[in-house]
Amino acid sequence: MDSNKRIHLIVDMAKLMIAILVSCGLVTAIVLGTSSEPMNAFFSFFIGPFTSFRRIGNIVEAASPLMFTALAVILIFGAGQFSMIAEGAFFIGTLGAMMVATSVPLPTGIHSAVALLVAAAMGATVALIPALLKMKWQVSEVVTSLMLNYIVQFFSIYMVSYYFREVSSSSLASIAFLDTSLLPVIIGGTRIHAGIILAVILCLLIYFLLFRTTFGMKLRIVGNNPKFANYSGIKVTGIMVASQVIAGALAGMGGGAELLGMYTRFKWTSSPGYGWTGIAVALLARNNPLLVPLAALFMGYLNVGANIMARNSDVSSEVVKIIQGVMILMIAAEALLKKWKQRMIVEAAKAETGMKGDVVND
Amino acid sequence: MIDYSFIVDFLFMWIRVATPILLTSLGAVICERTGVVNLGLDGIMLISALFGVLGSAWGGNLFWGLAAGVGAALIVSGVFAYFHLMLKANAVLCGTAVNTIAGGLTVFVLQLATGEKGSSSSLKSFSFPAVNIPIIKDIPVLGDILSGHNVITYFAFLMVIVITVFLYRTPMGLRMRAVGENPSAASSVGQNVVKIRFLAILLCGVMAGMGGMYLSMGYLSMFTRDMVAGRGFIALAACAMGQANPVGALISSMVFSFFDGLSNILQLLQIPSEFVQMLPYGATILGLTVYSIQKQRQKNKKNKEIQQNVIK
Repeated sequence: MDSNKRIHLIVDMAKLMIAILVSCGLVTAIVLGTSSEPMNAFFSFFIGPFTSFRRIGNIVEAASPLMFTALAVILIFGAGQFSMIAEGAFFIGTLGAMMVATSVPLPTGIHSAVALLVAAAMGATVALIPALLKMKWQVSEVVTSLMLNYIVQFFSIYMVSYYFREVSSSSLASIAFLDTSLLPVIIGGTRIHAGIILAVILCLLIYFLLFRTTFGMKLRIVGNNPKFANYSGIKVTGIMVASQVIAGALAGMGGGAELLGMYTRFKWTSSPGYGWTGIAVALLARNNPLLVPLAALFMGYLNVGANIMARNSDVSSEVVKIIQGVMILMIAAEALLKKWKQRMIVEAAKAETGMKGDVVND
Repeated sequence: MIDYSFIVDFLFMWIRVATPILLTSLGAVICERTGVVNLGLDGIMLISALFGVLGSAWGGNLFWGLAAGVGAALIVSGVFAYFHLMLKANAVLCGTAVNTIAGGLTVFVLQLATGEKGSSSSLKSFSFPAVNIPIIKDIPVLGDILSGHNVITYFAFLMVIVITVFLYRTPMGLRMRAVGENPSAASSVGQNVVKIRFLAILLCGVMAGMGGMYLSMGYLSMFTRDMVAGRGFIALAACAMGQANPVGALISSMVFSFFDGLSNILQLLQIPSEFVQMLPYGATILGLTVYSIQKQRQKNKKNKEIQQNVIK
């Protein structure tokens, strides 16, 4: 029914607005409560990201890795699975890209492509582990993926510090990447790199995959009602595993793109958390790949704003994590605005059946 | 030959590292029994670890630390419960949100309180005392292993018994198990499912909070950033492997923390520390997998027996 669809959209939008408003209100409250120079902090957080061309560039740069991980989360959650592997797949992707970028000499262009493919393959492999364990023996994918994230983190850092370490550097850093592997900057004056184009293309592709192919159709049925999917002859476990493998490849490729677009050496000492932020982005985008770029830009804006605020005032940038958590809570709250939605649906139904005048409102 | 004191030291440490996992997995048992998967345990532990330290530093004694830690755990669990039970948010997403908030909030508050983002070492906070048990401490080998632990460690082991009695011998425990077993049936005989689950989540929060406080006020004597490091998730795995049974949770917690303790010792050897740090997480995956295979075999066997009985 058309009017029902419209009501769903309106309620979803209202929920998003509430989530964003509550988050902004929370920032305001935190800043007012803790800062000795609140006006300065507000300005830095809300306006700061738009004050220079370079900073606007920063927003886009921050959005790029989030688009990859958000797509991964959409695929995994879409198939009704709760694997948290996006974080680990992303980080193992950075390791894969680093190994190719430092040690396999190839011509420009091909080098980046190979590095990204290796990153994707490693991400897919890691994501396959919890999926297979769940498929074969019903091991909870939530716990195994969380444990794997830690294992991936330590393993990647082990590889960097024992096999690829720059000996002359005092802090942990890999040897420099070969120039041929780096992703080109596409807008001068910023660090916006070719990875963002890849991310946007992938958003379109995943939208197509989810909503215009039989695989996507099956995936959505499995996610909505696995029993029904099973009875209608869909190979449920196959779809669940495939969705997680594709998701792992996406997140891994995101790790590779982030590394080769933004860095010339591997410098992380712990997993950077893009997988977790990807969950918030996926929810903000209402699990629609076409809205992922927008949601990622918004989250990127918050991150850049928080960093500027931390530099210019006495409020630390961790505020942004609190905002992310609150957003996840608000958007995940199914029953929020439920009564309002119910009333709208009832009224629309009345209007359609022409009963409007007869029914007494109580 | 490994010498005698090495083994005693190891056993002593094994109990030490098992404490936070045991406490939290006992909390998870209560939640799991009422049918709630609490993925936010990690975050609750982290927040209690910080607020326990802050409370004791500002209040000037251990009591305020305990009060602040438990209070913080109750508030966070209350938020989790409200969103999950009242606003029908998915438990996994709620838990993720709690963990995300905890990661940010603790560093933010730590910086406000101390001006640093790494640890609370500049604060003068209090720790729970170690206790010598009168008679046991004089028994030669056993005394060295079992006596002299932190008071929270003894509390944790005591809680295994208390929670077993609570779940299987009290009306409230029966209600909780009924709600977890079949919420519709429990609700049809007049039980308020939401209320009982809410209570279970709060109780679970207190246990996880104690586990968190042990880390910052017993195991170490300060709060450090992200100090929980996935112990809440390991506790959840221990609860699942222990079949949501307090004694089962105790056994699985001991199994998982064995590798935690082992990694502490191996760090002294010439093995790359990253590999050693992976050990508890790898062991958890392995343990959970072995348990799931076992469980599936039993299920298949039962199904076969039923089939055969039907054919007869």
